[in-house]
Formats: sequence, C-alpha cells, structure tokens
Amino acid sequence: MSLLSVENLRVTFPTDHGPADVVRGLSFTLGRERLGIVGESGSGKSMTGRAIMGLVPAPGKVTADQLMFNGKDLRGLSEDERRDLRGTAMSMVLQDPKFSLNPVIRIGEQIEEAMAVHGTLGRRERRERALEALTAVRIKDPERVARLFPHEVSGGMGQRVMIAMMVVLEPALMIADEPTSALDVSVRGQVLDILADLVSRRGMGLILISHDLNMVARWCDRILVMYRGEIVEEIASGALMDAQHPYTRGLVASLPTIDETRDRLPVLDRGKL
Amino acid sequence: MIHVKDLSVSFSDVRVLHDVSFDVATGESFALVGESGSGKSTILKALAGQLPAFTGTLRIGEDNDTDRPFSARDRARQVQMVFQDPYGSLHPRRTIDDTLNEPLLIHGLPDRDSKVIAMLDAVGLPRRFRFRLPHQLSGGQRQRVAIARALMLNPPVLLLDEPTSALDVSVQAEILNLLKSLREEKNLTFLLVTHDLPVVSFLCDRLAILHAGRIVETANTEALRSGQLSSSYGQELFQRSVYG
Ligand SMILES: Nc1ncnc2c1ncn2[C@@H]1O[C@H](COP(=O)(O)OP(=O)(O)OP(=O)(O)O)[C@@H](O)[C@H]1O
Ligand SMILES: Nc1ncnc2c1ncn2[C@@H]1O[C@H](COP(=O)(O)OP(=O)(O)OP(=O)(O)O)[C@@H](O)[C@H]1O
Ligand SMILES: [Mg+2]
Ligand SMILES: [Mg+2]
Repeated sequence: MSLLSVENLRVTFPTDHGPADVVRGLSFTLGRERLGIVGESGSGKSMTGRAIMGLVPAPGKVTADQLMFNGKDLRGLSEDERRDLRGTAMSMVLQDPKFSLNPVIRIGEQIEEAMAVHGTLGRRERRERALEALTAVRIKDPERVARLFPHEVSGGMGQRVMIAMMVVLEPALMIADEPTSALDVSVRGQVLDILADLVSRRGMGLILISHDLNMVARWCDRILVMYRGEIVEEIASGALMDAQHPYTRGLVASLPTIDETRDRLPVLDRGKL
Repeated sequence: MIHVKDLSVSFSDVRVLHDVSFDVATGESFALVGESGSGKSTILKALAGQLPAFTGTLRIGEDNDTDRPFSARDRARQVQMVFQDPYGSLHPRRTIDDTLNEPLLIHGLPDRDSKVIAMLDAVGLPRRFRFRLPHQLSGGQRQRVAIARALMLNPPVLLLDEPTSALDVSVQAEILNLLKSLREEKNLTFLLVTHDLPVVSFLCDRLAILHAGRIVETANTEALRSGQLSSSYGQELFQRSVYG
C-alpha cells in the first residue's frame, strides 16, 4: 500500500475574474521514496503541498476524489484531527522559512516545542536533542544559534532550522518546499544526506519541491513536472536529459552551466506551449 | 563604485565578519559566494545602510562615505537592494501596484502607470496580478515583485541577495537576461550574492568566496569557468557544484 495517494486534487481561489483553479486535477501516489516536484513559478507546487497538509489558506478551496494517507481518508478530518496529524505523522517545511517561525521565540525553544508533542521527553533531554538536531544540519555553534531569534539567523540557517524541526518529529510523510535554496552546495549535500537517511532507514516518504533541476534529477527517485496546475510529465531518476514535454525541455535548455559563455540564455516561448 | 575596506561586524560580542575588503568598479558585476552563515547578507546590509554598527570603510555610488551617510532619499536613487527574503521585505497590506508606485511617488516621477505596467512585463508578471497582495502570490512571483521594485528608480548600483533562488530556471533565465541587458544599456554596477555558481559564470566578471566571515579568495570568473579556483574551499564548491 502506498503512503499517500492523491486523485484529482483541485485547489481553487476566488479572484476578480471569477474562481481560478491553481491546482487542476492532480493525481499521484507516494511510497517510501523521494519524489521531486519541479515546475513553473506559480504552477501550484506549494499549494499541492499545502493541500496535502491541510494548510491551504482561506478563501482557497480544496477538493479531491481521493486523498488517502496511511489508509486514512484526509478529506473528512476536522481541523483538530488535521493539526494532530501535522504534529506527528506529517510535516512540511514551508517555502518562506523565517515567515513560518514565531518571530518572538528563540530558535532553540521552538525546536523544543516541536518535540513536546511526543510528550515523553524531559526538559533537559529536549534541550539536548534540539542542540543535536542543529548540529546535524551543520549549524556550527548550536548553543549560540539556539539563543537567537528568527530575524537574527541567516537565510540558509533559517532553512536548516526548519529542516531540524521537521526531522526531530520523524514524521512518516515529509514535504519540503525549497528547503535548500539558500544553502551552499557543500552544506546542501550534507542536509540532503540526513533526509535520505530518514527515507531509507526509517522508511519515510519525502516530497521535495525545488527549482534546482540538477539536484532533483540526481537525488530523487522520480520527478513530477508541473505546468499551470497540472502534471505534464513524470521523469525517472537520472533521465532528465530524455524529457519529452516541451516545457521540461525548455527548462533544461535555460539552465546556465558553470563554464557558461553564452551572451543570453534561451527562454521559453510560452505562447507555443 | 563600491569600496569595502576592512569591514568587521559583531553581534553581541560574536564577530561574524573579519576585515573584509573588496572593490567593484563602475559597470562591473561582482559576486559574493560562500558558506551559508558566512556573512554575505550582512555585507549587503552594511552597504545598504541597514546595519547600526560596524568598523571599516564603506563607499558606494559617487564618492560617498557611509560614515557620512546620504539621506535615505538620496541613497534610494544611488542604490537599491533586493533582499534574500522577499516575503519579509514586502509590506503585507500593500498591493503590488502600491509597492511599485511608491518609489516613483516619493521622487515625484511622471508616467507612473505606464512605468508600473512596463516593469510587470519586464519581470514576467501577468498584469492581472497588479492589485494583488503579497500573500496572494507564489514564492517566485513575490521575488519578481522585489526585483521590479528595485529596478523602478533605475539606480546605478544594485545589491542583489539571491535574486533568482525562488524562480524556476526558465523565469530565472529571463531575469538574468534582463539584468544583463540593463547593465549593458545603463552601465549598472551589480553586487550579487548567490549559491549558484553557474549564475556567477553567466552574469559576473569577478567573485569573492567567503568562509566563516572571511574572504578566502577573490578571482576572475574565468578561473571559475575553468575550475582554476585556488583556495581549497573554492575548489570544494566547484567540485560539489559540478559533480553533486
Ligand atoms: N490567495 C490567493 N488568491 C488567488 N491566487 C492565489 C492565492 N494564493 C496563491 N495564488 C496563486 O496560486 C498559484 C499557485 O501558487 P503556488 O504558491 O502553489 O505556486 P508555486 O508552484 O509554488 O510557485 P513558486 O515556484 O513561485 O513558489 C499562483 O499563480 C498564485 O498566484
Ligand atoms: N541581528 C543579528 N543578531 C545576531 N546575529 C546575527 C544577526 N544578523 C546576522 N547574524 C549572524 O551573522 C552571521 C552571518 O549572517 P548572514 O545573514 O550575513 O549570512 P549569509 O552569508 O547571508 O548566509 P546565508 O547564505 O545562509 O543567507 C550568522 O551567524 C548570523 O546568525
Ligand atoms: Mg512555491
Ligand atoms: Mg544570506
């Protein structure tokens, strides 16, 4: 049985021009694997993650023919049941990490609070675990950083704090929305290793939303490509260069390379897609 | 156009930048790359006049000294910054239209309507988004609003902190091409922070590599393209970037 199964997922917002579907009939399943989602800016990647988590902001509306997680139908759950699931079984790193942290609570305390849902740990133990989690995501001076407020950490440190908070929960389903966009390639590799370990050793499922095509192509088991609210193509790991859909091919073409000498980068002719 | 000499910054007794020095000539595009938490954004904030305390000398624009700062108004015409965190830098209750109009209003510039529309087109934002609020946009759409705002006043110096990290690579290509054209047409000066070395190869002439609050190497982009960086940290970044 798959961990997550999604059928005909739709997310709709009212706008001045009538209701707009920002996710349009998405279907996929997730096993105990690393699934990448790439796609156009504004194509509905974050809304898809939020819909699975029950975090689509009002006045957005979510519908689906099926939304099953671990044998449980997510559609009929109350707000409280949803919140309980988010604390324990599923967790998401949002795209704007600092925005999702509480601005007036110190970093260390926020990680400890995230752990409190598991209940059993004493205060001292939670503190130790929080410092360990910060060390695991390659924060060099965890004692200092634990005492900082969110606006006092760098962009990449904020992302790593969010990953630490997700990882301490060891949820069955992790959704990470651009979790490494502010990390240097060296720290990024180490953070991805932690997530890979959770997937292979603990059998978790991971959805990784990212614009970093090369990273996703190397690191994920398979990739969904989204364009205008729909999945236009699924690609097997390592097969990015064989992509068929014109949007995906356009993406690959517009990637700069490290020995780049072109005067202009090719861009998509959106009118032709 | 940008002069940084022996810049040091501490936060409550913890030193995060140690004697950082570099110069960027008029019309040059210079990259800061390096470790997460090494102090890149702090350098940009110091240059943008947003750090209350530092030591060292900073000059930006036409022979101005940050010890003897411009008025906020004059500074805005000399230098604009795109912040790493576009959500935090956009006012939550101002529409995109308000945000893009504001700098024009403050400086009493004409043709505001057409300028706003032209800028939306330039950064690839549909015109129908004009009256939306930041939370009604996706991450990459917000990032484009922040870039558009910085470009409204045509400042000669742009400080760009990860300007394309939330954009898919096709939109990134459009923005990078736009920045390159603007630089060629108007001889703009860029100081760009990025983790993406290929972006440096495309847009920049030189780069400085930071590690733990220090510049460990300053190089021409040619050295990056050909894998000839001399510091061991620079080599590590190159290897990781190419081979994962
Ligand atoms: N409150 C809202 N009202 C109307 N439209 C909205 C609202 N919030 C988001 N949208 C639209 O929904 C679409 C999908 O947004 P989403 O955040 O899922 O995009 P994304 O694929 O994550 O993009 P990015 O890569 O830029 O983060 C976007 O076009 C956005 O403008
Ligand atoms: N207001 C502050 N109070 C305390 N420490 C701060 C403050 N602002 C920044 N720092 C610290 O300064 C260091 C450098 O931060 P900075 O944001 O400049 O890093 P960065 O190189 O931009 O990293 P990233 O690539 O992750 O964005 C970090 O250790 C950060 O915690
Ligand atoms: Mg998004
Ligand atoms: Mg930064």
